[in-house]
Amino acid sequence: MTDYKMHILVCGGTGCRASQSEKIVDAFKSELETRALDDEVKVIATGCFGFCEKGPIVKIIPDNTFYVQVGVVDVKDIVEEHVIKGRPLKRLLYHDPATKSQVTDTAHIDFYKKQVRIALRNCGFINPENIDEYIARDGYAALGKALSEMTPADATQLVKDSGLRGRGGGGFPTGLKWEITAKEKSDQKYVVCNADEGDPGAFMDRSILEGDPHSVIEAMAICGYCIGASKGLVYIRAEYPLAINRLKIALEQAREYGLLGDDILGSGFNFDIDIRYGAGAFVCGEETALIHSMEGHRGEPTFKPPFPSVSGYLGKPTNVNNVETFANVPVIFNKGVEWFSSIGSEKSKGTKVFALAGKVNNVGLIEVPMGITLREVIFDIGGGIRGGKKFKAVQTGGPSGGCLTEQHLDTPIDYDNLIAAGSMMGSGGMIVMDEDDCMVSIAKFYLEFTLEESCGKCTPCRIGNKRLHEILDKITKGKGTLEDIERLRVLGNVIKDTSLCGLGQTSPNPILSTLDNFYDEYLAHVNDKKCPAGQCKDLVRYEIDPDACTGCTLCFRNCPVGAISGEKKMPHYIDQTLCIKCGVCYEKCRFKAISIV
Amino acid sequence: MDKIKLTIDNKTVEVEKGTTILEAAKTIGVHIPTLCHMKLDDMGIENKPGGCRVCVVEVDGRKNLAPSCVTEVNNGMKINTHSMRVINARRTVVELIISDHPYECLTCAKAGNCELQKLAQDMGIREIHYEGEQSVYREDTSPAIIRDLDKCIMCRRCEMMCNEVQTVGVLSAINRGFQAVVSPPFEQNLDHSVCTYCGQCVAVCPTGALTEVDHTPAVIRALSDPSKTVVVQTAPAVRAALGEAFGLEPGTLVTGKMAAALRRLGFDFVFDTDFAADLTIMEEGTELLDRLSRHLAGDETVKLPILTSCCPAWVNFFEHQFPDMKDIPSSAKSPQQMFGAVAKTYFADKQKIDRKDLVVVSIMPCVAKKYECSREEFSVDGNPDVDYALTTRELAAFIKLANIDFHALPDEEFDHPLGDSTGAGVIFGATGGVIEAAVRTAYELHTKKSLPRIDFEELRGMDGIREATIDFDGLPIKIGIAHGLGNARKLLEDIQSGKSQFHAIEIMSCPGGCIGGGGQPYHHSDSSILKKRQMAIYSEDGMKTIRKSHENPYILKLYEEFLGKPMSEKAHHLLHTNYFDKSTVFEQED
Repeated sequence: MTDYKMHILVCGGTGCRASQSEKIVDAFKSELETRALDDEVKVIATGCFGFCEKGPIVKIIPDNTFYVQVGVVDVKDIVEEHVIKGRPLKRLLYHDPATKSQVTDTAHIDFYKKQVRIALRNCGFINPENIDEYIARDGYAALGKALSEMTPADATQLVKDSGLRGRGGGGFPTGLKWEITAKEKSDQKYVVCNADEGDPGAFMDRSILEGDPHSVIEAMAICGYCIGASKGLVYIRAEYPLAINRLKIALEQAREYGLLGDDILGSGFNFDIDIRYGAGAFVCGEETALIHSMEGHRGEPTFKPPFPSVSGYLGKPTNVNNVETFANVPVIFNKGVEWFSSIGSEKSKGTKVFALAGKVNNVGLIEVPMGITLREVIFDIGGGIRGGKKFKAVQTGGPSGGCLTEQHLDTPIDYDNLIAAGSMMGSGGMIVMDEDDCMVSIAKFYLEFTLEESCGKCTPCRIGNKRLHEILDKITKGKGTLEDIERLRVLGNVIKDTSLCGLGQTSPNPILSTLDNFYDEYLAHVNDKKCPAGQCKDLVRYEIDPDACTGCTLCFRNCPVGAISGEKKMPHYIDQTLCIKCGVCYEKCRFKAISIV
Repeated sequence: MDKIKLTIDNKTVEVEKGTTILEAAKTIGVHIPTLCHMKLDDMGIENKPGGCRVCVVEVDGRKNLAPSCVTEVNNGMKINTHSMRVINARRTVVELIISDHPYECLTCAKAGNCELQKLAQDMGIREIHYEGEQSVYREDTSPAIIRDLDKCIMCRRCEMMCNEVQTVGVLSAINRGFQAVVSPPFEQNLDHSVCTYCGQCVAVCPTGALTEVDHTPAVIRALSDPSKTVVVQTAPAVRAALGEAFGLEPGTLVTGKMAAALRRLGFDFVFDTDFAADLTIMEEGTELLDRLSRHLAGDETVKLPILTSCCPAWVNFFEHQFPDMKDIPSSAKSPQQMFGAVAKTYFADKQKIDRKDLVVVSIMPCVAKKYECSREEFSVDGNPDVDYALTTRELAAFIKLANIDFHALPDEEFDHPLGDSTGAGVIFGATGGVIEAAVRTAYELHTKKSLPRIDFEELRGMDGIREATIDFDGLPIKIGIAHGLGNARKLLEDIQSGKSQFHAIEIMSCPGGCIGGGGQPYHHSDSSILKKRQMAIYSEDGMKTIRKSHENPYILKLYEEFLGKPMSEKAHHLLHTNYFDKSTVFEQED
């Protein structure tokens, strides 16, 4: 990187690519070429910066200027102003909503201030398609160290001592898992990387594979060395074409450099990695289901024990870790156990990546130290609730996590605290809800997901969740009874108690946690036949206040079903028998004459 | 072996390491209810997906309830199989299953034999607290098996039988969540799959999701038609199992009562498939000797081993899956079809009845026989040699329908001439029996000497694959036996690869042979029932005065009066068939 005076980093993550970041890269290249600057300035498509809310992102190094919401049309100006004249292009700088000032670099952006990037350390910094850039940032040093200076047992002990726990959701100590697999005697063992990311809205694994694939490859090789496996498999969903492509390029480069294959770094250790594609079934994130899918069988879980570490892929000892878990490993080797375990809380070391979404101002991918509070994440990093609305709940742990409330906001985030609060870490989905969200509908929404994704193998998950959904549907339509609410609780607990795998064992969590934390909302739906948030269509009515209505006819003209009538400049009226409760009139009215009752 | 000590319902129990909670509980008389779990002891057949969750129990210190069928015991475990928590969970699970099951118990073919019905009864379920949408699927009727998937509870037993035991590979779970169900690939109908109609899926289905096609109404119509002469043949394995349907101890032979019942049902002639079994031995045994002597004479075109061909599911299996081996099985028709062919020619001529006015009904332990009798090559001008095939279960139901007190029936004999058989014909019903019968005849025909012993214990048993060498007076004859199509596949693959060499192989599709057929009274996972039926078969053989097919006087008379000699042109025309390559039959259609 030393030959160039300047580097222009353009986000090449899936989100920004959807906003034409590839064209921005091309535009920069041709603009620089036209001005004969292409020898001095290099353009790089990187992995995800995380600040997806403000994408596409362009960062200029060495001065660390951070441009947001860049378009192809802005390229010329950036080159003109920043590259040639050496002054930042103000209109594309991040605008701090609190101080109303413009911020030039990430160090001063609230979204980044409290983040600690370990797993995402290279995302947004390097060209993921160039192994040299990974190596330049200490890449493969950890593998070299393990192979040349450590025995497999020492290396495993190091991972154990670091306190790293599985980032896929369960939080099982990673080093211990390696140790158990290492102790098994077998002619063949496997290292499997679980890249079957399936939580709605979560994209940390995809971003790591898109932005820093070598970190995962390196960690898998270290794991292979520790447990005595010569074969690695990445199980990745086929809907991640960019991640797959970058992973393929990285594998090829690693092989070329002798970092995969036979006799790696002259150590006598052989290791190589294959890719296996998943068809996108959520349940295949469960390790036994994942293994069955890789074997060509129906992707459904089987009872544990035996655990994969004893009998996994093709019946051989198999160590399954998630992408984010692996991405943490090389840094632990490079920076040491003490450094890693100094970050985080007592029982949860290091950081966790969350996909922050929902009603916050700054949605995106964030990496925070364990022990940070929900409040810090939502209000400092997330920039608070969108539109100045009131915070209502935050859902962590993906579709089967729980909804936490105001009272949990100061809970330090770690595996154990989230479970104690009635939710879980999961793979890192975090969805924020505001006062407009109906918690009964939210519970129903999550259940719809598990209903779709249940494999159907065990009775409670297959039929129980269906029944839960039917009861919730009844309640949101104003036909529920108090007995129904009780049934939700009883059935939910039985499903948790009797389901075969983690999917079923956690699927009632959104219901049980909203029953605990928002019981009044359920009661309002059942007793008063009202949806306090005004979301349940069957329980709301739109009405026009004749005193406030100016007769502007805007609602009349926008109603898709002709339910609104009235003369110009006279109060209008909604025919409730025709109204489909789409809410368009409510949104269009400029005089607040329409209310939801 | 390590011993594990634990307590179940406050009782201390010591069992071997690796034992499941379910098995451990059984040793102290605690019978935890199960639904998806199924185990045929000593036969290597077990289904334990751990899916139904009916068998959950509470284990001290464990977060959730443990499925006892798959959870292995640990030292010091404290288990409660009927705590409030367990009962509530188990009832809820059963209620959930019922909530997605048609409330058709009164009219269901499986009523009285349904394991879900029994479970609900045992648990005293009187109300379903979680009613809701029920899954609805298209009904699939094939020539032999009906799939009513509305009644499927996803126990996966059929899938395990079809894939692991039979290696046919037709049934498998499809779809997800509430829509998940077991089906042939791409939700095709069974008759558009490589299904062999072995019926082992039907034999293990706990509910009415899989049942046989009912031929009874058609048989009743024929019996009520004065212009028709209706004859019936009964397969060897039926007499060893029919009694179970009337509460008799498994293994009770009811040959005489069965003949009496059939006569009371109105059949004009009550014959025995065992007669045709003797005939099969004459043809198949002769074919074996013919191939053998040509082989010994150095004829390299001759194909060995010879494989038996009595089992219709086995024929379907190799036509679909081993078409390149279709010249190896004996060309002899199955006893059912030999009977039909002889009845509609020799017997019809004797009775001076036009074949169109003669109706042949068979009583079979098998559902594949329904398909076999519908094969085009087994009919003349559209008139089938065998018109209808009833299973043992259908016969039992028919007897009950006709208000016959089975227990009070006297023992009666079969009619002549197609009702007289030898012990060799009877043992066709058990694995190893066909080849033993063939050996009894082939030995004497080949050596021209009398057998020093009639019982070949080395050919009997329940092991899935068995081998034996029989000394044909200095000529060692290597014999292979497989029951269960998975075992047949192994044997065939060993032959294909040259790993095994045999002169003759007997294959029966169902575990245990016809006594374990898909049309027999349900064994409800009790493998001792199969063993008792097997013993019954051999005891009937032992009681017979004539025990070698070639000594059956009526068979000798049939050759003398009608067929000439075994493998004669007439015999060939009536008693032999040829097989088809069906490996691409669906590709051609699509």
